[in-house]
Amino acid sequence: MYKILKKQVLNPTVTLMEIESPLVAAKAQPGQFIILRVDAEGERIPLTVADFDREQGSVTIIFQIVGATTEKLNRLNPGDFLQDFVGPLGKPTHTDGLKKVAVVGGGVGCAIAYPVAKKLHQQGCEVHTIVGFRSEDLIILKEEFKSVSAMYALMTDDGSAGEKGLVTDALRRLIESGERYDQVIAIGPLVMMKFVAKLTKEYGIPTVVSMNPIMIDGTGMCGGCRLTVGGQTKFACVDGPDFDGFEVDFDEAMARSAMYKDFERRAHEEACNLFKGVE
Amino acid sequence: MPNMSLKKNEMPSQKPDIRNKNFLEVALGYTQEQALDEAKRCLNCKNRPCVSGCPVQVRIPEFIEKTAAGDCEGAYQVIAQSSSLPAVCGRVCPQENQCEKHCVRGVKGEPVAIGRLERFVADWHNQHKQDAVHKPAPNGHKVAVVGSGPAGLTCAGDLARLGYEVTVFEALHTAGGVLVYGIPEFRLPKAIVQKEIDGLKAMGVKIETNMVIGRVLSIDELLAQGFEAVFIGSGAGLPKFMNIPGENLKGVYSANEFLTRVNLMKAYREGSDTPIQQAKKVAVVGGGNVAMDAARCAKRLGAEEVTIVYRRSEQELPARAEEVEHAKEEGIIFELLKNPTKILGDENGSVCGMECLEMTLGEPDASGRRRPVEKPGSEFVLDVDCVVMAIGTSPNPLIKSTTEGLETQKWGGILVEEATGLTSRENVYAGGDAVTGAATVILAMGAGKTAAGAIHRQLQGEMGGCPQA
Ligand SMILES: Cc1cc2nc3c(=O)[nH]c(=O)nc-3n(C[C@H](O)[C@H](O)[C@H](O)COP(=O)(O)OP(=O)(O)OC[C@H]3O[C@@H](n4cnc5c(N)ncnc54)[C@H](O)[C@@H]3O)c2cc1C
Ligand SMILES: Cc1cc2nc3c(=O)[nH]c(=O)nc-3n(C[C@H](O)[C@H](O)[C@H](O)COP(=O)(O)OP(=O)(O)OC[C@H]3O[C@@H](n4cnc5c(N)ncnc54)[C@H](O)[C@@H]3O)c2cc1C
Ligand code: SF4
Ligand code: SF4
Ligand code: FES
Repeated sequence: MYKILKKQVLNPTVTLMEIESPLVAAKAQPGQFIILRVDAEGERIPLTVADFDREQGSVTIIFQIVGATTEKLNRLNPGDFLQDFVGPLGKPTHTDGLKKVAVVGGGVGCAIAYPVAKKLHQQGCEVHTIVGFRSEDLIILKEEFKSVSAMYALMTDDGSAGEKGLVTDALRRLIESGERYDQVIAIGPLVMMKFVAKLTKEYGIPTVVSMNPIMIDGTGMCGGCRLTVGGQTKFACVDGPDFDGFEVDFDEAMARSAMYKDFERRAHEEACNLFKGVE
Repeated sequence: MPNMSLKKNEMPSQKPDIRNKNFLEVALGYTQEQALDEAKRCLNCKNRPCVSGCPVQVRIPEFIEKTAAGDCEGAYQVIAQSSSLPAVCGRVCPQENQCEKHCVRGVKGEPVAIGRLERFVADWHNQHKQDAVHKPAPNGHKVAVVGSGPAGLTCAGDLARLGYEVTVFEALHTAGGVLVYGIPEFRLPKAIVQKEIDGLKAMGVKIETNMVIGRVLSIDELLAQGFEAVFIGSGAGLPKFMNIPGENLKGVYSANEFLTRVNLMKAYREGSDTPIQQAKKVAVVGGGNVAMDAARCAKRLGAEEVTIVYRRSEQELPARAEEVEHAKEEGIIFELLKNPTKILGDENGSVCGMECLEMTLGEPDASGRRRPVEKPGSEFVLDVDCVVMAIGTSPNPLIKSTTEGLETQKWGGILVEEATGLTSRENVYAGGDAVTGAATVILAMGAGKTAAGAIHRQLQGEMGGCPQA
């Protein structure tokens, strides 16, 4: 059992938690993830290691409430326990030798992007952060990003904060104004990553994307997380989650991620009704 | 007076049209009378041909003799000396290729039902006897076991009995390996596996779940933490795909994913948190136990039509004969001598068909089985909305890639010294599917036993004690 040490609501649908888990904290690197189960009957879900404290032996997760399991997770409080918490899984993000990087985050993808931006900053890389949200109330990690970025651009779909537009608009402007990036790291919804990669390909800037397909075991055993990358089948949980953005078949990934949409919608409604009944 | 009936006593089972809608155990087990009667078919042969067919040399005539005499506990004790998982092996061993293959009664008629008797004896013991918890005096030595399948559990059990302090590290949240995530409840009730694991815990074995070795801790870190030897029983869990077009469509599963969702995550239960597709027409590609299990699960989940697609003929089906028979009784369709070439998708990226080719059998290949050859122009489309690939697995490369100096075969199997299970790394042993590739429960168990013996001899030697065989 893994104790919840801290809980913080970042916005109406995004929550941060710190979990006591010394073994994961000891090894975790930016870009890696954990798999957790809330209770003994629970589903296994992957979440990125958003931060870690090796001394305290704790790992931070930031999750968006999208379905039944994240809903259940969000009902827990400091002092409660998680049934299972395993990691760190996946390969760490490759950051060696990078001098200037644009980190592009979309929505809750910012939770995954932040530890990478922080690590780049700590190793002396110039980080330009571009983040996008639907609207002002959904913004997360603004101060955190600012503290590790030489430049921070905030975009919203409706213009309620920052600039109205898409992250790709900002990225194109920066590139065209002469910024030279060694690499672009894009983490967010599949459509966003697809269009970032399309844009950077025009300019030939190497681009890494972080893929979040549906997973079960996270150890390479089920193949449920498979993607087509450069015409080859890859397992995101062991070969990734980071991949070359120019090589990923995003359309296939988008279709696969919708596999259980109907089931999830029903499960979510049931979970919500259940909780409503309790309150 | 021996029972000279040419046929085995039939196994009482749930009726096919009832059991193919539930996940309860199919075979119900012999009654005491049926078991005694079957046991009397054994001729107690002097040269014991049956024993030579059993990978762990269970003393078959002896346990059957005791069963025939009504001494079930005595019979159990005989089996327990050779096998640590009799309730499991009695259910899942491919007996027709092992012990029963060599039984003299099989020359004319059916062999003695050795597996069913083994199961009877083990179940009887489990129902009637409380194993006295015997916690051996610790000998002060620590051994780590990676993986909690039959290989790891057997190795852990044998070492714990000798007084070792054993910790089992398991990647998943539940111990048991394929016995819990692969083989379905209706063939091997999980309570049986749990009982074995509880038995080990009572003996003092520590089981640490959520421990992906190679990520959370490495083999070298285990050694550095004071484990004097490590046994790797990590199985062969990496699923193969065919690399044909359409394999990443929605509705294509590896058998591992399909079975894990159903067994480990209990997706068959109403209200389970883990989803599984409600498919109408399912094709399962492959002909082994894994394929039979996936097909029978799909049927039980409510599919109207489930088809096994296998590229050789019935004779070559690698699954246990009993499972093939059960599958047929349950209404599974067999498309033999067919091979998929392409999976077809609709506009949403979901499976809507599978194109196959007919095959004929040519010359025998390296495995001695006749090689399937395509019949050109014989394409046809199977109308399906779900495809399960059950064409084999190989060892997961995670441990190899994080353990320097651990040598493997090209296909991933860990290289070991056969008599001991010792790998190319000092104090590191391996066995089971991780070494052989996908094989059987009994072979994995045997490998766990061999390694436990070798680890004991090695550590005894180092202790300065006299090495025991
Ligand atoms: C490596 C990895 C790292 C991740 N890191 C984070 C993270 O740091 N923070 C975070 O909020 N989420 C992250 N995710 C996504 C997270 O795992 C899913 O949101 C979660 O599994 C949803 O569970 P649920 O039961 O609440 O929702 P469900 O009921 O399972 O799903 C609700 C909706 O989300 C979709 N969905 C389900 N699983 C995923 C998925 N894996 N990716 C995208 N959409 C999905 C479903 O199709 C459905 O529409 C990550 C996923 C992966 C694979
Ligand atoms: C569906 C199915 C049906 C089968 N039916 C039969 C049958 O009827 N009869 C028969 O004899 N055989 C059958 N088999 C084969 C048999 O189950 C295997 O040969 C046997 O389980 C192998 O045992 P093992 O201990 O080597 O590995 P496994 O049982 O595979 O156990 C390995 C364990 O190691 C864990 N692990 C893997 N990597 C790591 C890591 N890095 N760190 C920690 N833990 C790790 C895994 O999670 C797993 O729990 C079947 C197999 C399947 C999949
Ligand atoms: S362990 Fe398997 S092979 Fe050996 S006697 Fe029992 S059923 Fe037969
Ligand atoms: S070969 Fe058959 S009849 Fe002979 S001892 Fe073995 S089980 Fe009995
Ligand atoms: S999640 Fe099962 S193989 Fe990646």
